[in-house]
Amino acid sequence: MGLTLAEKILSQRVGHTVKAGQIVIAPVDVALTQDGTGPLAVRQLQKIGLEKVANPDNTILYIDHAAPSPRRELSNDHVLLREFAHKTGCRLSDVGAGVCHQLIAENYGAPGRVIIGADSHTCTAGALAAFATGMGSTDVAMGMALGKTWFRVPESIQVRITGKLPVGVYAKDIILYLIGMLGADGATYKALEFTGDAIATMPMAERLTLSNMAVEAGAKVGLIASDTVTKAYLEEQGRSGDYKPLSADEDAQYQKTMELDVSSLEPILAAPHTVDNTHTVSDLVGTPIDQVFIGSCTNGRLEDLAIVADIMKGGHVAPGVRCIVVPASRQVFVAALQKGYIETLVEAGAIILAPGCGPCVGVHEGILGDGEVSLNTSNRNFQGRLGNPQAFIYLGSPAVAAASALTGVITDPREVLNHAAGR
Amino acid sequence: MRLEGNAWKFGDNISTDHIAPGRLFHLRSNLEELAKHVLEDADPEFAHRVAPGDFVVGGNNFGLGSSREHAPAIIKMAGVSAVLAKSFARIFFRNAINVGLPVLVCDTDQIAAGHRLAVDLTTGTIYNLTQGIQLSSPPLPDVMIRLLADGGLAAHVAKHGDLMVE
Repeated sequence: MGLTLAEKILSQRVGHTVKAGQIVIAPVDVALTQDGTGPLAVRQLQKIGLEKVANPDNTILYIDHAAPSPRRELSNDHVLLREFAHKTGCRLSDVGAGVCHQLIAENYGAPGRVIIGADSHTCTAGALAAFATGMGSTDVAMGMALGKTWFRVPESIQVRITGKLPVGVYAKDIILYLIGMLGADGATYKALEFTGDAIATMPMAERLTLSNMAVEAGAKVGLIASDTVTKAYLEEQGRSGDYKPLSADEDAQYQKTMELDVSSLEPILAAPHTVDNTHTVSDLVGTPIDQVFIGSCTNGRLEDLAIVADIMKGGHVAPGVRCIVVPASRQVFVAALQKGYIETLVEAGAIILAPGCGPCVGVHEGILGDGEVSLNTSNRNFQGRLGNPQAFIYLGSPAVAAASALTGVITDPREVLNHAAGR
Repeated sequence: MRLEGNAWKFGDNISTDHIAPGRLFHLRSNLEELAKHVLEDADPEFAHRVAPGDFVVGGNNFGLGSSREHAPAIIKMAGVSAVLAKSFARIFFRNAINVGLPVLVCDTDQIAAGHRLAVDLTTGTIYNLTQGIQLSSPPLPDVMIRLLADGGLAAHVAKHGDLMVE
């Protein structure tokens, strides 16, 4: 009987065949924390006198959530992380480098690797066929120090995505639609494995968006088999040696298989206050917004900024609306500058912030006022997420965000794209 | 081990943002202060009125969202003896065990706010003393029982010098 992608990766790393339901101790290839979870991880290691890391070159402390720091308490947390990195020789990714998950994709994600991160969206690297999952500070701290962790091998749900996406519809719409179908706990403890011809032709930037939001259905990992797209991406990142082909066996056992033909999919948004509260854009058109946030580990990549610049070129952000754009990494920022996207966006009235998480977690850089509404390209719209429990958050694709920034109300990007095409 | 206290009832999908919101991010290295705000965005009264030994009772998917371990840590610091819910989000569940906060899956529709509860952790039986009924919860996986018995994951590693769960 064959293996799912999750079973295959864990089997290869533990050195014998393992199946769903088994408890295994697996080596940790890459471990990461961010500035919201790293300080607690460091203190847990200090508390038990285990201030060391097993693989310093593959242990990274990212500073991205409150970056640059808005408060002295957080500045002191950053100092703690820098000191720990200095002491143990592990890597520190400092203010301005970007969001941990984007940087993991660029620098560390690769087929067959086991990646644990003290951040729930660590599952992003599943798009590179890495068994990448989020855990708490103590789990990651012990994984950093010991170079291993325990897992329950997850059952897998196969998601077969077929058909050609219509103009103005993207991976973000697919994953929001799927989460709406599954519910916020529809894949709890499970691996989601994305397959089908729509995946085969999907660029890495979009695949990362799919895997990123697997956790919003409760999943442990969101995996995609490696292929020519993976190979090309790793080559582009100067890491062609990290490629290996990896896919599920033909006769793998899935707990269930879901089929989704995307050829008539519409833009999808999640309305306040849960990610599974999904609606087609036509249900929400005309809803007034105060802020737009374009960025995050979900949709802050170069390809996202290209879509946004295309829609906003020659236009202007609607009066009374703040449009905040945060490139996901320095690499993305530089490329967007070179391609002229940043100039286009600044001329259109957007606010550009340093690579990082931006306002996503509600720490800084775009906290909402009471009763205000934001439309985000990020992954969560929970009550209080943008720093104010009295505010409201919609989630959508970069195209929906850009089109809506121009009008000040939720807008169907297909209208704008069709208009632009006819220009 | 028997726990006893009153029930504090919450709905479905209580997120880690409800429990430990991002606007209090700067208090994460000051858990005692953060604990004074625990669950504030779900029930502003809770942190002020919860008594030692009380239970947090949720619906489906309790603890969804971020991996912040601070969420179960401050529920425990507030004096809560256990969290009961119909289901838990994966990372929260694992974090709760790691910090030594008992979490039990049961039919929480049978519990209302203010009900007096007792929980026997060894059998996983929940007694609703107000209603005079008994609820059961599935046993924890062996690996988690071992971690809880050692006082959480950090204490387990300190004790054994390694991960001894296979």
